Amino acid sequence: MATYTLKVRRYQPESGEGPFWEEFQVDLDPSLSVLDGILQAKDREDGSLAVRCSCRAAICGSCGMKVNGSSTLACKTMIGEAHAQANRRKGNDVPPPMGADELPPPGSANGAGDGSPDNPIVVEPMGNMPVIKDLITDMESTHWEKIRRVTPWLLPHGEPPEREYVVEPESMIDVTQSMACIQCGACVSACLSMEADPDFIGPAALAKAYRFVGDPRDAESVERLHDLAHDPHGIYDCTHCFSCIDACPKGVAPMDQIMRLRRKAGEAGIDEDPNNGHNHMNAFTKIIEKKGTLDESLLLQESYAPGLKGKLKPTKGAIKGLLGSIPTAIRGIKTGKMRSLPKLIPGVHHKLPGGAQDEVKAIYEHAEQHREEFNIYIRGEEDVEPEPDETATEEKV
Amino acid sequence: MKLAYWPGCVSRGFTPELHGSMAFTAEKLGIELVELDRANCCGAGVIAEHNQELADTLNARTFALAQQTGLAMMNICSTCQGAQSECQQRLDADSAYRAHVNEALAGQGLEYVKGKDGFTNKNFLWLLVEDYGLDRLAEKVVRPLSGLWVGPFYGCYVVRPKERLGYDEFPERDLYLEKTIEALGGEVVEYDGARKCCGFPVITMNRETSLRQAGTHVGDALDAGADCLVTPCPLCHLNLDMQQPEAAKVVNRELDLAVLHLPQLVGLALGAEPKQLGMSKHIASTGWVEERLAGAAATA
Repeated sequence: MATYTLKVRRYQPESGEGPFWEEFQVDLDPSLSVLDGILQAKDREDGSLAVRCSCRAAICGSCGMKVNGSSTLACKTMIGEAHAQANRRKGNDVPPPMGADELPPPGSANGAGDGSPDNPIVVEPMGNMPVIKDLITDMESTHWEKIRRVTPWLLPHGEPPEREYVVEPESMIDVTQSMACIQCGACVSACLSMEADPDFIGPAALAKAYRFVGDPRDAESVERLHDLAHDPHGIYDCTHCFSCIDACPKGVAPMDQIMRLRRKAGEAGIDEDPNNGHNHMNAFTKIIEKKGTLDESLLLQESYAPGLKGKLKPTKGAIKGLLGSIPTAIRGIKTGKMRSLPKLIPGVHHKLPGGAQDEVKAIYEHAEQHREEFNIYIRGEEDVEPEPDETATEEKV
Repeated sequence: MKLAYWPGCVSRGFTPELHGSMAFTAEKLGIELVELDRANCCGAGVIAEHNQELADTLNARTFALAQQTGLAMMNICSTCQGAQSECQQRLDADSAYRAHVNEALAGQGLEYVKGKDGFTNKNFLWLLVEDYGLDRLAEKVVRPLSGLWVGPFYGCYVVRPKERLGYDEFPERDLYLEKTIEALGGEVVEYDGARKCCGFPVITMNRETSLRQAGTHVGDALDAGADCLVTPCPLCHLNLDMQQPEAAKVVNRELDLAVLHLPQLVGLALGAEPKQLGMSKHIASTGWVEERLAGAAATA
C-alpha cells in the first residue's frame, strides 16, 4: 500500500462555477490502476466525482482520460507508474516498492531530488472534447458524429447472398488492426491536428474508414477514398505526429491507417485533391528517384503545380499556394539562407555522386514492382537471435 | 569518437546553418564525422505514403552504406530518426522481408545486416547524452549559457511512438533537451508545446492547420518567458523559424522568438561566435540571444 495524490480537473455545471483543481489522497498498491484511485476517492471522499467506467479491463473503452497530460485508459495505467511519470524531472523517479508501507521520503528515491514534496498525478478529462462534468466528456459531438461521417457500414453491390458473404480469411486479416478499436476516444483526445483544426475528421473515424476501404466485400472504396481525399479536413489534414499511435490502448495505430488510405487513394488514381496531398507525395517520391536527396524548391513547385499540365492550367489553390510562398522565399533570400542557385531555381539540385543515383533508381524498380506492405501488428516480430557480434562491447571513442 | 554521418537533405538545403554548425561543433567536441555522401533521402514518412517497401529499401541502403564503414551511424534530424527507426523496425522484425529488401541492394554490393557490429542509428541529441556523456560535455563548456531561458522543442519523430524509438531501454529520451540545456548552464522553460507538432508535414496541404500549430507553440514559449527555442529537427526549424512571420499572422499575435538548432546551442556554450554558427541566416532574429549571452559574460 502506498499513498498517492491525485490532482483532478473538476467541473460541476450545477454549481454555476468554472472548472477547478481538487486534490485527493488515496491509499493503493502501486500495481493498481489510476481508475482504482479515482473510484476510491469517489467512494471515500466525494461521491459527486463523476467518471465513466465499466469493465476495468481495457476493453469497454469507457474510462478514457488524460493522466499527466497523456491520453489513455485510466484502468490500464498503473498508479505507481503514473506517480513515477509525474516525478521524472524531480529525480524522484523510482516508483515505491510493491507493498511498501509508506512512500520513501521526498527526494530520497535516487538521491537526486530537491527535497520538495512529490508532484501529484494529474488527472484531466479527454482533450479536444467539450466537458460535461468532471472527467466526463461529450463524445457525441467530437467522436460519434465523425464516425458517422465516414459511412461506417458495408456498402456491397448486387443482390445480397442467401446466407453470408463468403471471403477468403486472408483477405480480412488486413483490417483486423482497424477492427481492434474499442471507441475509447483516446486518439481523438491526443490528436494535435484536431487541436489546431477542430473540423479534422480525426484518427478514430479515419481508422474506421479504413476498416471498410480494406474490406473486400465493400464495393464503394473508391468513392469513400475520393470523398476523404477531397475533404479539406480529411486524410490530408493529418499532421503526421504519431500522437494517436502512442495513445491507442489497442494497437490500432490510427495514423498508419490514415497513411494506408493515402496509399490506396493514390493507387485508385485519385490525384487531384484540392489539398495538394497527392501531388506533394508524388512530387517528393519522383524527386528522390531523380536526385536522391530533396530539391526543396522543386518540391514546393510540384506540390502545387505538377508537371506541364499543372503549370499550364494551375488550380486556384495552386496559384494561392505559390504566391503565398513568395514572402517566405524573399525572407530566405534576404538573410542568406537561399542564396545559392540550386536552392533558388527548381530542378537545378544535384544528383547523388558517382553512380549512386543509378543505385537509387534500381531500388525504385524493385520496390515499385513488389510494393509489399509489411505490418508488424499482423506478422509479429521474429524470435530469432541476431548474429552474435564480437565487436559490440568495443569502446567507440 | 568516429561516426558514420547522415546529414539529411534539409541541412544541406534550406537550413545550411545546421550543416555548418554541426561541422563546427563536432570538431570542438572531438567527434570525427565520416559523411555518407552517397546515401539517399530517408523519405521523411512521405515516400512510405506511396510505397512502404520503397521507403524501407531506401533506408536499408543508407544503413548498409553506414555498416560498410563499421561505425555507428549519426543523423541530425528528428524526422530522419523517426522515419529510419520505423523502417529499421520492420526490417529487423522479419528475416524473410529483410532478405526480400536486400535483393534490391545485392546488385550494388550492399546488404543491410541486422545487428552487424552492434549497429545503431542515433540522432545527435541521443548521441550526446547516451554515448558522449553530459558530464564530458559540461567540462568543455567555456561560455555557460547563464541566464538564457531555453524552450525545448523535440519534434514528433523522436518522441513518438515510444515503443519503436527505444524508450524501453532509454526512458528519458524525451527529457534529453532539458538535460542538455542544463548541462550547458542554461535554464529550462516549461511550456505546453515542447513535445507537440510544429505542423511542417501539412504546410502544403493545410497551411492554416500547419501554421496555427507553429504559431501557438512559439506563442506559448514566449508567454512562459523563453529567450529562444532549441530543436534537433531542421524541418521543425523551417516551420518555427522560416515560417514564423506567416505563423504570426495565423495566430494573430507578434512572435519574434529565436529558434536555435541543437548544434548551435552546444556550439555557443563551447565558445563559438554566433556568426560562425550561421545564426545570421535565421528569419527570426537571434539578436536577443546574443545580447543575453553578452550580458551574462559582462556580469560574470
